[in-house]
Amino acid sequence: MDKALGNKIPEFNKKPGGAGGSGLAGLSSFGSGDHRSKLEIVVIILVAVVIIGGSEILLRLFNVPQYIIPKPTQIVTALFTEWHFLWPHIVITLYELLTGFFIGGSIGFILAAVITQFPFVEKVVTPYILLLVTTPMLALVPLLILRFGFGSEPRIIAVALASGPMVMINAATGFRRVDLAKIALARSFGASTLQIFTKIRIPMAMPMIIVGLMVGSIFGLLTAIGAEMVGGAEGLGNRLTYYSALIRMPQFFAIIFLLATIGISIYIFFFWLGKKWASWEA
Amino acid sequence: MTKTKMAIHSATKFYETRSGSTHALDNVSLDVREGEFLCILGPSGCGKSTLLWSMAGLHALSGGEVKLGSETITQPHPEIAMIFQDANLLPWRNLAKNIALPFELKRKPPDQARIDSLLERVNLKGFENKFPRELSGGMQQRASIVRSLAVDPSVLLMDEPFGALDAFTRDEMNLLIQEIWMETRKTIVFVTHSISEAIFLADRVVVMSARPGRIASIYDIDIPRPRPVDIQTKPDFIARVLEIKGSIDNGRGAAAGLAIT
Repeated sequence: MDKALGNKIPEFNKKPGGAGGSGLAGLSSFGSGDHRSKLEIVVIILVAVVIIGGSEILLRLFNVPQYIIPKPTQIVTALFTEWHFLWPHIVITLYELLTGFFIGGSIGFILAAVITQFPFVEKVVTPYILLLVTTPMLALVPLLILRFGFGSEPRIIAVALASGPMVMINAATGFRRVDLAKIALARSFGASTLQIFTKIRIPMAMPMIIVGLMVGSIFGLLTAIGAEMVGGAEGLGNRLTYYSALIRMPQFFAIIFLLATIGISIYIFFFWLGKKWASWEA
Repeated sequence: MTKTKMAIHSATKFYETRSGSTHALDNVSLDVREGEFLCILGPSGCGKSTLLWSMAGLHALSGGEVKLGSETITQPHPEIAMIFQDANLLPWRNLAKNIALPFELKRKPPDQARIDSLLERVNLKGFENKFPRELSGGMQQRASIVRSLAVDPSVLLMDEPFGALDAFTRDEMNLLIQEIWMETRKTIVFVTHSISEAIFLADRVVVMSARPGRIASIYDIDIPRPRPVDIQTKPDFIARVLEIKGSIDNGRGAAAGLAIT
């Protein structure tokens, strides 16, 4: 007997829930399917404890110098002692990320909403958007710096250029999913074109819009950090190159920790948003 | 002599597609009487949904006109509500919000008393916070009936509403819609491809033939109401089914050039 089928209720037309969240499909599915059980959460935390504690013990045991790999305790200490130096850079990176993402995301969303209404325009524009999606916007940063100087502007532009097309291409996929029956339903109750857009098209596209925002903002973070590493004197990316040049590894790893925290926060935020507004789609 | 509620005058419809134009409706004329239960029956592709969508004002005719009383229907009318195949609830809204949709679109506060009594009537009280995916097909379709009746239309257009349900649920829904019709005396136009469903429900069955869609014949169904489900096994009922089936088969033969003269 097939073990995988052993104790499954034979219902094949039900969509599988986001089982535990592994793989990209699991990461971006907002279905209200399986939740992590208490046991799973305990094990996940246990793994973290083992890895962090284990590396601390191993690094001490083999006396690894801190300029190769700093001990977790040194990283935490650096995080606290250097906090007042790091804080302004966190603010700058977040400012660039949020401003750039807001600009790029809004333009991407509006373009997606408009363009999908005109199939011909969409077909003409799509290859160029793909070009924007696939070309690393980091490559443009030196050029942008030449034009706009070493301030925040070139990085904000790079973030917008990186996140906007991501938002657009995903939102467009969402808007393309027209369900004529649902539009006819709204029309039969006298809906205006605007009402069909706000009450039918946007909610229907919402799962894909949120996926686009999530991917777009992560791409934006990537580009912001990269752009800061290329030029300028501020931001967390700049601090990475600064501390690595000085071989101050605890500080370097403290920043890596901060970046991971920002990234995970972005993910959690959009996941929560997805649960709230798009959980109807498994 | 009953009044005419809706009148269709020589309705003709062509669909323009890439491969040329399809003749979906050809010169269809039909009077729908006030308060009657009219079933439109026909094989797929006979234009019965096209006719219904035109009556709902959802798409324009190529020729002819649809009238509601003295008004010509060119766009959706508040007196006419449509019930679709597969319930057609919005999956991102719970039941209460799905039912409130028509009011929202008309920018009116929902008639909560009416909604509550309708929910009570179709046994959906207490399910207001459920999402469509949490409900069975029959429950979804009952919710969509409530959604349409909530705005108190005088005409209900139903486009194969129970086609996707299993046979048991279908019987249940047919009984329910019969009861609702007897209680409210709305004018109902019901499209189906099931002969026995049409005979079970209708005062008159309009049989359509395909390519192009035409009215082939109209049958009066004078079986007294309320009609129980098991009436469908009675010889008289079966005789009616066979009569209609025979006429459809004949019509098809003629259309395919198989008629022997």
